[in-house]
Amino acid sequence: MADFALPRNSKVQDGKTWPKPEGASNTRTFKVYRWSPDDDENPSVDTYTVDMDTCGPMVLDALIKIKNEIDPSLTFRRSCREGVCGSCAMNIDGTNTLACTSFTSEVSGDVKIYPLPHQEVVKDLVPDMTHFFAQYREVEPWLKTDSQPPERERLQSVEEREKLDGLWECILCACCTTSCPSYWWNADRYMGPAVLLQAYRWLADSRDEATGDRLDQLEDPFRLYRCHTIMNCAKTCPKSLNPAKAIAEIKKMMLERQI
Amino acid sequence: MSLRSPLGRARGLGSAKSGTQHWWAQRLTAVALVPLTIWFVIAMVAATGSDHATARAFIGNPVTAVLLILLIVATFHHAQLGLQVVIEDYVHKKPVEIGLLLFVKGAAIVLALAAIFAVLSIAFGGS
Repeated sequence: MADFALPRNSKVQDGKTWPKPEGASNTRTFKVYRWSPDDDENPSVDTYTVDMDTCGPMVLDALIKIKNEIDPSLTFRRSCREGVCGSCAMNIDGTNTLACTSFTSEVSGDVKIYPLPHQEVVKDLVPDMTHFFAQYREVEPWLKTDSQPPERERLQSVEEREKLDGLWECILCACCTTSCPSYWWNADRYMGPAVLLQAYRWLADSRDEATGDRLDQLEDPFRLYRCHTIMNCAKTCPKSLNPAKAIAEIKKMMLERQI
Repeated sequence: MSLRSPLGRARGLGSAKSGTQHWWAQRLTAVALVPLTIWFVIAMVAATGSDHATARAFIGNPVTAVLLILLIVATFHHAQLGLQVVIEDYVHKKPVEIGLLLFVKGAAIVLALAAIFAVLSIAFGGS
């Protein structure tokens, strides 16, 4: 039957409350998920108080400040700090988003920070992305052609190029995929919204010659059709893209080649 | 514990090359059920208080009988398609999953046939 019992390490305990900064008047409280593979403890939520007068405006600024000044053991991914690398995807205030483009001021009350949902945790806010990227590799996200390579660039009309808008902007942060209940229950076989949006990015590319093969690989009750149009993906995407629409376009292509 | 590569695991048993028919049938039956259900509800409300003979005459009418059979087929086909998806979503023990799928499909066929038989026996004037 469905899983009724929680798996190991699911019960989150109250964690350590770290000392408040001295003499600070403008502070915010951050409640951050902590788990380490090095001991047998269950996860806990640590409480940090950050002096906002000396902190940047983004949640990522606060996390970096906590790591620099309060607790160097806090572990999270980050790189570009401007919403193009997708490294700092995490669950902030109940929503999957990028820490670097989320204003602390837009969260009311305590700022609750958890790793992306329903993924194996490597440590603290770092989820294991191995399967996600293996699924991305599976859709062969590169241009495939059989024609003789042209002398110069492969040309595209303006209209053909416009079909890629809303697709190429995806940074593979996995906010959408890990917000999808269908992916939570069937990640082993369902591709998930991010990978399907990326698959459609190549299906929609006028220069690609492998459209039929790509559709063949996706035509599966689980790989594609586990999407039940829940739309969490479109709601949570920090780049304001619409993976659900891309998935619907793939379903339309599936139908189009049959009728 | 598996030492299979991440890509091998993601590829799994490969694509089943099916699923579109199921998805399309679910949408078509859903659309068909909108007018059929509205018609059925209106007919039932209008029949409130009628006697047995009126009900038999209503079901025996060729147009009503055909619409009722359409309603029965669309309802049970749609229901078993939808329940199949629910079971595949949530039930992950293969023997239980296959057992439930067979039960749901079997029940849909038996109930649909019984309902169609009832309509036909009235339409063809059986007692």
